[in-house]
Amino acid sequence: MTQTLAPHDVALDAVPEPTRLLTGQPAGMPGVQSEADAPPDPRELRDDQVDGQELTARLARTWGTRKGIIGALSTVDHKIIGRRYIITAFIFLFLGGLSAVAMRMQLARPESGLIGPDLYNQLFTMHGTTMMFLFGVPIGEAFAVFLLPLMLGTRNIAFARLNAYSYYVYLFGGAMIWFAFMLNIGPDVGWFAYVPLSGPEFSPGKRVDFWAQMITFTEVAGIAVAVQIVVTVFKMRAPGMTLDRIPLFVWAELVNAFIIIFALPAVVTASVMLIMDRLVGTHFFNPAEGGDALLYQHLFWFFGHPEVYIIFIPATGWVSAIVVTFSRRQAFGYIPLVLSMIATGFLSFGLWVHHMFTTGLPQLGASFFTASSMLIAIPNGIQIFCWIATLWDGRPVFRTPLLFVMGFFFIFVAGGLSGIMLASVPIDAQVHDTMFVVAHFHYVLIGGNVFPLLGAVYYWFPKFTGRMMSERLGKWHFWLAFIGFNITFFPMHITGLMGMPRRVYTYLPEMGWGNLNLISTLGATMLFASFVVFLVNVVVSARRGALAGPNPWDAGTLEWATSSPPLPQNFDRIPVVTNREPLWAHRNTLPVVAGLSVENREVIISTATAGRADLKESSPEPSIWPFLAAIATTVTFIGSIFTPWAIVWGGLPTTITLLGWFWPKGVKEDEA
Amino acid sequence: MTASPHQPLSTRLHHNVVLNVRRLPSYGHGSRSSQWWGIMGFCAAEGIGFVLAFGAYFYLVFINGVWPLSSKPPDIYTSTFHTALMLASLWPNYLARKYSEREDLLKVRRYLVIMSVLGAALLGLRVVEIALLHTKWDHNAYGSIVWLLLGFHTLHLVTDVVNTIVLTVLMFTRHGHGRRFNNVGQNADYWTFVVAAWIPLYVIVYLFPRW
Ligand code: HEM
Repeated sequence: MTQTLAPHDVALDAVPEPTRLLTGQPAGMPGVQSEADAPPDPRELRDDQVDGQELTARLARTWGTRKGIIGALSTVDHKIIGRRYIITAFIFLFLGGLSAVAMRMQLARPESGLIGPDLYNQLFTMHGTTMMFLFGVPIGEAFAVFLLPLMLGTRNIAFARLNAYSYYVYLFGGAMIWFAFMLNIGPDVGWFAYVPLSGPEFSPGKRVDFWAQMITFTEVAGIAVAVQIVVTVFKMRAPGMTLDRIPLFVWAELVNAFIIIFALPAVVTASVMLIMDRLVGTHFFNPAEGGDALLYQHLFWFFGHPEVYIIFIPATGWVSAIVVTFSRRQAFGYIPLVLSMIATGFLSFGLWVHHMFTTGLPQLGASFFTASSMLIAIPNGIQIFCWIATLWDGRPVFRTPLLFVMGFFFIFVAGGLSGIMLASVPIDAQVHDTMFVVAHFHYVLIGGNVFPLLGAVYYWFPKFTGRMMSERLGKWHFWLAFIGFNITFFPMHITGLMGMPRRVYTYLPEMGWGNLNLISTLGATMLFASFVVFLVNVVVSARRGALAGPNPWDAGTLEWATSSPPLPQNFDRIPVVTNREPLWAHRNTLPVVAGLSVENREVIISTATAGRADLKESSPEPSIWPFLAAIATTVTFIGSIFTPWAIVWGGLPTTITLLGWFWPKGVKEDEA
Repeated sequence: MTASPHQPLSTRLHHNVVLNVRRLPSYGHGSRSSQWWGIMGFCAAEGIGFVLAFGAYFYLVFINGVWPLSSKPPDIYTSTFHTALMLASLWPNYLARKYSEREDLLKVRRYLVIMSVLGAALLGLRVVEIALLHTKWDHNAYGSIVWLLLGFHTLHLVTDVVNTIVLTVLMFTRHGHGRRFNNVGQNADYWTFVVAAWIPLYVIVYLFPRW
């Protein structure tokens, strides 16, 4: 498992017997003639009858997306939707970043009059909300949508139409709250919108309603994509991809999807109760009528703590992929890495109460939760150890993606240290709600997510676009970001210890916080500049970068077996997997499967653990209905902010669009 | 993604065909199909939703001590009848699933019609049930949580009943063969979930306040 790979003289890994790659089980019950077992129509062209360029061109037509606006809105190609998802999440990152820059401008000097308290409240709420819900959760899923089918050796994501629908719902939800903000009805109650502040009594008007409804939108989309990810990983792997051959990045996305499925319903429940308290007069959080504000906090943090790991775990996948490729050896400790990810997933739920230390839990409970907060450091430590061992024992090549991973190690470990301080109840009670906490979570979130993400963009950009990003600009980008980040956030630890609270729009000169705040703002400017360099690099490289070819980094996983950018069908023939790094094991000839249709969209469904080919199911054709259904959903949700009856009259168009979506059309969808 | 450059095809890896999947079935029943896993995924997410809502219910009980606050417990007769009917529906549901796996169109149609009728009846009963809750959502926190629980479950009920009726119609059209049998099985699995979520809900909402 851990032997060093000498990439150029690896013997071809033996391809197992076909009986170990196929289940060979008919669909019909014993004695039943099932239509599924009928021999394939001899007139239908299959990929064991054509080859080469003709095969490529025909498959591209079968799996392609039609031109024009209707075609674009009907697409179900995971690469097109994934690309939109990634770009949209980045736009939200930039919007969140711009609101942070505005806050830093205001805090640069004491008693600054740039931004008033009301706008400042909206700004930090929009910043936190955008970063956590519109960037943090979606970005990991967005990468999964684009990359997973490629890494697993299949042609589309499971439930491709639902995938399109989820994207539009996410887009509309995010756009809605930013429009509200521009109309000066942006939420202003912090990213977790605690009651009673966010309740009907203290926050009249529509601001919080938009916030709560945005949560419903994006979390519904998030859960749906998580289900697609789970099913793609369990059932759509290329034949031969046993559980222990699944790429580490895919494991990370799988664990992440499970956390999402279990954590997001909590925040939806919380936001639904909140909006009902506000709009139809329920009393969930109203103590006068038997409700309780802490109920909201419990529900919120049941989601909120795993949320940190929803943001972090995909990043561990990016780090693993980059570390392995640039060390030129298989991961050291694949099994411990996978187990630590799973352990992190479980522990992330045990921790929700630590956010509530200052609410006065019973003493014993508090010690228990302190212990479990610290426990999570163990799997994180194991992962970091395995990565370092991989690099140590490999022959690391320091290109930009790896630089960002190095930045991640440094910042994330620093953030972990201040986190361990916070995990002890007495310290938490001291610095609770100060800038110290803000510094801590930015070390964890930016170190743990944004740095690996930037590395991932440099790493997969050639696959996304067919061109390389500039290394020179990449190095500038990295150093500006790394230095700028530390200048911004390190001083906040100190301002925090000096007593500066978070969420204040200004402070008095006598407090003596002015200089440190000015430094933070200068750092933020530098961080901002680094993103400008990044954008320039992306835009210029997408047009004029060096051509990448299929596998510019000489990496081992399957997404690099196909052209860059991949054609609509991903692969001309589905690979057979014999090794964790298939392309290192098969340098010249790829073992493949034949027999799939060239004229219809067929994918191989395999067994969940052994990865044996079991069925050839059809995969959805493009359709405009998911887009229309997303519009109907959006109208219903936004309407419900103004009248609860919207749920009733919006239900009809939603149902109609869903019918249009699912009703089979024509022979293609019927017979396959 | 066609606007950007593709490298010449010659740089592609050479293919060595080691397996042929021509004869694989084009769909499979139960957990063999990908859709079954999707349904399970959504059941997991929605199941968590139910568990959290139950948790919230008991949290409010715990905070208040007296329960059901100042209200009187909901009517038990309709809901017990409703529950009994729900449980009874599991049998035709099971048969619909079983015959869908045998791809027996006539029997599948028969049990789908029965399920549609039962579903509609259950929806009607649900309306009566809600009218007999003896509390309103804006009355107090007890009313709020009870309405939330019933509302959430009714949403599931409506979804599955509509789905069942659409499927029933579908099975009477020319589309009623092949892969559609698969959908019948999945719909039946989802119905099982809807019933399974109802049982604890019945105990909590209708029996617990009487203890
Ligand atoms: C890009 C550079 C960033 C800068 C300069 C920045 C700066 C800030 C500032 C100044 C605050 C408000 C402090 C206060 O007055 O309370 C804040 C809050 C916050 N930031 Fe960032 N941030 C950045 C990136 C991020 C990222 C990437 C994330 C998450 C993935 C994030 C998540 C948050 C959250 C959750 C809050 C709390 C909002 C609230 O109080 O409701 N930030 N940030």
